[in-house]
Amino acid sequence: MTHWIIAPVILPALLAPIIGYVMRYDILIARIASIVGTIGLVAIAAGLFASAAPGETFVYRLGNWPAPFGIVLVLDRLSALMVMLTSVLALIVLVHAVATNWDQKGLHFHALFQFQLMGISGAFLTGDVFNLFVFFEVLLIASYGLMIHSGGRERMRAGLQYVIMNLAGSTLFLFALGTLYASTGTLNIADLAVRLREIPVEDAAIVRVAAMLLMIVFAVKAALFPVQFWLPGTYANAPAPVAALFAIMTKVGAYAIIRVHTIVFGPDIPATGDMAGLWLFAAAIVTVGIGAFGVLGARRLMPLIAFSVLGSMGTLMLAISAFTPGATTAALYYLVHSTFAAAALFLIADLVVTRRPGDTLTTLPATVQNGLFAALFFGAAIGMAGMPPLSGFLGKLFVLDNLRDPAEIGWAWTAILVGSLFTIVGFARAGSALFWKSTAFVLPENVISEDEEKEEVPITRDPAKAWEVAPTMAAIGMLAALSIFAGPAARYFELTADQLFDRNAYVSAVLENPDGLKPYPDDHHGEEDAAYDEDAAEHDDDGSAKDGGH
Amino acid sequence: MELIVATSVGAMTAAGVYLILRLRAFPVILGLALLSYAVNVFIFASGRLSVNLPPILKYGDASYTDPLPQALVLTAIVISFGMTAVLVMIAIGAFLETGTDKVDIERGDEDEEEPVK
Repeated sequence: MTHWIIAPVILPALLAPIIGYVMRYDILIARIASIVGTIGLVAIAAGLFASAAPGETFVYRLGNWPAPFGIVLVLDRLSALMVMLTSVLALIVLVHAVATNWDQKGLHFHALFQFQLMGISGAFLTGDVFNLFVFFEVLLIASYGLMIHSGGRERMRAGLQYVIMNLAGSTLFLFALGTLYASTGTLNIADLAVRLREIPVEDAAIVRVAAMLLMIVFAVKAALFPVQFWLPGTYANAPAPVAALFAIMTKVGAYAIIRVHTIVFGPDIPATGDMAGLWLFAAAIVTVGIGAFGVLGARRLMPLIAFSVLGSMGTLMLAISAFTPGATTAALYYLVHSTFAAAALFLIADLVVTRRPGDTLTTLPATVQNGLFAALFFGAAIGMAGMPPLSGFLGKLFVLDNLRDPAEIGWAWTAILVGSLFTIVGFARAGSALFWKSTAFVLPENVISEDEEKEEVPITRDPAKAWEVAPTMAAIGMLAALSIFAGPAARYFELTADQLFDRNAYVSAVLENPDGLKPYPDDHHGEEDAAYDEDAAEHDDDGSAKDGGH
Repeated sequence: MELIVATSVGAMTAAGVYLILRLRAFPVILGLALLSYAVNVFIFASGRLSVNLPPILKYGDASYTDPLPQALVLTAIVISFGMTAVLVMIAIGAFLETGTDKVDIERGDEDEEEPVK
């Protein structure tokens, strides 16, 4: 069992260079290897999911170094859930990319895709914040390549902005880690949790700076106001399957906030208090608003979906900002839902946009299979907007139900409900322009030819084959499954949230090593300082004895 | 010692931020490089500054310098070096595609700039 914890990192890490170097000239073999590898990843993730489900926290010590000194990977319910989510999403997106030939429009799609999976899995599994930084960089450098896959003016420019934004974010991450290390002397998440509890409030200024710096970094990843501005441009200009995969990238930021700000800087820690929740709450409200207005104002389909993703991140962050087990349960449900909803929207948008000249929301003659595309878009859109019967409705209801704090309820409910209304109106407008009005629309001949001359990307006129539509249906199917099995899913998320808030179990699982070496006494209270002092005193004695001898 | 390190970190960060805000590809790349230098020195200093001490604790030595930030800085240097290379390539690609090295141009501006022939 133990070595399987690192398998979701190792498998793509080995597969990617093989695909990149050995199979670079043969797209068929690369496709087979990539799909088989991703199916393997789903199987591994399912195995890990099953072993983490009973509630035990598994720790993998790299190089078998004891915990605060070496790097650890930690598998608990939350990380198993996130790896599972990543692998299933990756399989759906990969099949779509292969079926629609996106992977042939540039070099090294499959190698970059596998590196991306390696970075995401690693970020979910690691139990060390510096290691989290390293995995962030791995997933980012792969995402730079995927973002500008197949090139083009708009995409290169958006890609440059995306890279610069994230490099600045990475530098900020390092500043945060330096500050954290300077004030606590450790970067292991469990060890940080122990040390931070002992820092008195009056000495906590630097720790608070580090906590807020880390939150800004994660907020950049999660696209939270005021650092959300990279998301619409990036998602709207990325290749559609890549944008669908990026649905999990914003969740990496959300996951990091959940993990670090519950276990390390939780609300019951005197040094930081509920500072994180207060700032997150305000930022999330504004993010929901920006998303809603963006959806209403968008003139093109891809930015419209990107803004709806932004709105869903705001809703997710509202639930996270409460930092209670109940609200975190709702947040996890909504996190899984919004990942598949965003992916489904980008995938169906890709099928439609490649059959029209551009993705502007103007009325043009209907594409082939207008009815099928309209139905799929409708399904994905009601999922994202939060209408019954799909899981978006249950997810938002769940979030609302857990935000009943009198200080929050007015803002939170207004933001989520009004935001949902705007999103519904925006999607209804887009859907009617794209699918409904187009059935009764005849375009003058000369306009068509002009449009086609302008268009750089060749327009597909063929009807979509079954396996091109299947990934979109699978993503919508996940939404349906999430609402049908809402009860069992919610119970699992509840257990996950409980485990997350049981800080002592996490700390003791990581820090108590199997060989009986315990860096701290069992009760984790202040005695280790005394132990260290004794050690230091001993060394001093040795030193002075030697000095005396000379 | 502390004053020199703190001043240099501050000066490099200020210069880096200024250059990034120029919003043209080359100054932005230089600015990010300066920022990464600043953060490297900053991390190095996070293990406390000490002069002429070994990074390994031996019996008999009362004090030593913290080796972990040195390992962290090495990792950070390698990563920022690779990232700078990627950024340079993407910036060149964007310049050749769009004909401008402006970072923040909006959709409306694109027709005003003539692409490089």
